[in-house]
Amino acid sequence: MKKSSGKIENNRQFERLKFSFFPGCSLKASGHENTMSLLKFCDRVNIDLIELEDWNCCGSSSAHSVDSEVAKNLPMRNISLAPKGIPLMIACPSCLIRIKSMYLKIKKDKNLRKEYENLWEKPFDDELEIIHFFEIFNRINLEDYNDHPEEKLKKLKVAPYYGCMLSMPPDLRFEKNYYGIMEKTLAKLGADIISYGYGTRCCGTYLSVAKPQVAQKVVNEIVSKAMEAGAECLVTACAMCHLNLEIRCSLENPIPVLHFSELLSMALGAQDQKKWFPRHIVDPVPLLKKRGLIIA
Amino acid sequence: MINQDGGSQALADDIKASTGINFNSCLHCKTCANGCPFLEGMDYAPNAVIRLIQFGMEEEALKCSTIWVCVGCNTCSSCCPMAIDIPAVMDSLRHKAIEKGVKIAEPDIMNFHTEVLNTVKKYGRTHKLEIMMRYKFKKMDLLSDMGVGLKMLKKRKLDLTPSKIQDKKAIEKIFRKN
Repeated sequence: MKKSSGKIENNRQFERLKFSFFPGCSLKASGHENTMSLLKFCDRVNIDLIELEDWNCCGSSSAHSVDSEVAKNLPMRNISLAPKGIPLMIACPSCLIRIKSMYLKIKKDKNLRKEYENLWEKPFDDELEIIHFFEIFNRINLEDYNDHPEEKLKKLKVAPYYGCMLSMPPDLRFEKNYYGIMEKTLAKLGADIISYGYGTRCCGTYLSVAKPQVAQKVVNEIVSKAMEAGAECLVTACAMCHLNLEIRCSLENPIPVLHFSELLSMALGAQDQKKWFPRHIVDPVPLLKKRGLIIA
Repeated sequence: MINQDGGSQALADDIKASTGINFNSCLHCKTCANGCPFLEGMDYAPNAVIRLIQFGMEEEALKCSTIWVCVGCNTCSSCCPMAIDIPAVMDSLRHKAIEKGVKIAEPDIMNFHTEVLNTVKKYGRTHKLEIMMRYKFKKMDLLSDMGVGLKMLKKRKLDLTPSKIQDKKAIEKIFRKN
């Protein structure tokens, strides 16, 4: 997309992009504030999201751990539901891995393709593009939607946290890697990026339930390293990481954890933070007020 | 491969068949062990599990806690100089442990996975509150961690009712071999 200045008043001149959207269980049923702010942001940047009709769980960590057959069938059905001709966008890094790696496996494996076509009674769509939410930033230009983007986040000191699932495991090692997108985007919007060594450290995922002490240790490590480096808040790309960083942190006065989508929406002028922030365990409101990002 | 007395090549062959991994390629540089965020919760370091496979020590490999504590975060496989997909090895060993009915080293983790899949079987999607409740009941431990549960409910992080899919036949298809 070509760069534009002075076109902000009328963004109707930009063609609206259309994606089918796989929310996944974490966004749909616990990270509501993530979903709300994400939908708001997409609408603001002229992206239409059509929720994948009747989507099911991707299998998460549990299916591939204990039942390879179910781990295969769950993502397969989601792939079979994707409408033709538009990209399938997935916001949860873990769902992305499950669905995309299954898609690539079917593409390469004749027997698996046959199994897919027999089970879901549909030809396999070789052209389907499966993208992560971060891919949006390669397709739109944030400056087109912002008068003075560099003033929006008022030097808020953010520590981007990607979690482990965007590190592209062996199955996806030739796929796009999105490290740096949060830094680049938030810096463009006027945030102060804090670098620390723990932005891709695993949050502990389900060990938060089954081995809370182990999860607590890694979470405390991540949050304290960000704080030591001078961060005022952490920004996450994954609803499940967000949950773990909040519920398993036992530090005194931890910094708030924001969803990337919340900061993006705020920078583009969203006013409905009152629906998002009461769902946070560490209240981000005092910090954001102090920074002049929200008005009392 | 260095099969120990009584050790068998079969384990390495089996896992190679499902993952394509050649176990001779592990150099035991321990990069995986050094990077693993959960090493402390494991009885064998990730490279030691590979060593068990190289030695053909099937029972030890299937009964170890490492295969359950590993969450598949891929920190190890991203930095392995021989590009070994270690989480895939763990998956394979876990499947084998279940198939052979050996004593599961981390029953809580197995219990958690089972409850997650139970809600997926019922609704097509996971239902966190039900997973937590059933997990806690099975463990006969309702009180520990109560504070976190209440905090999550208060902050509306646990939906009371499950989100369900419409196509019940699809769920049957997905679970048809269970």
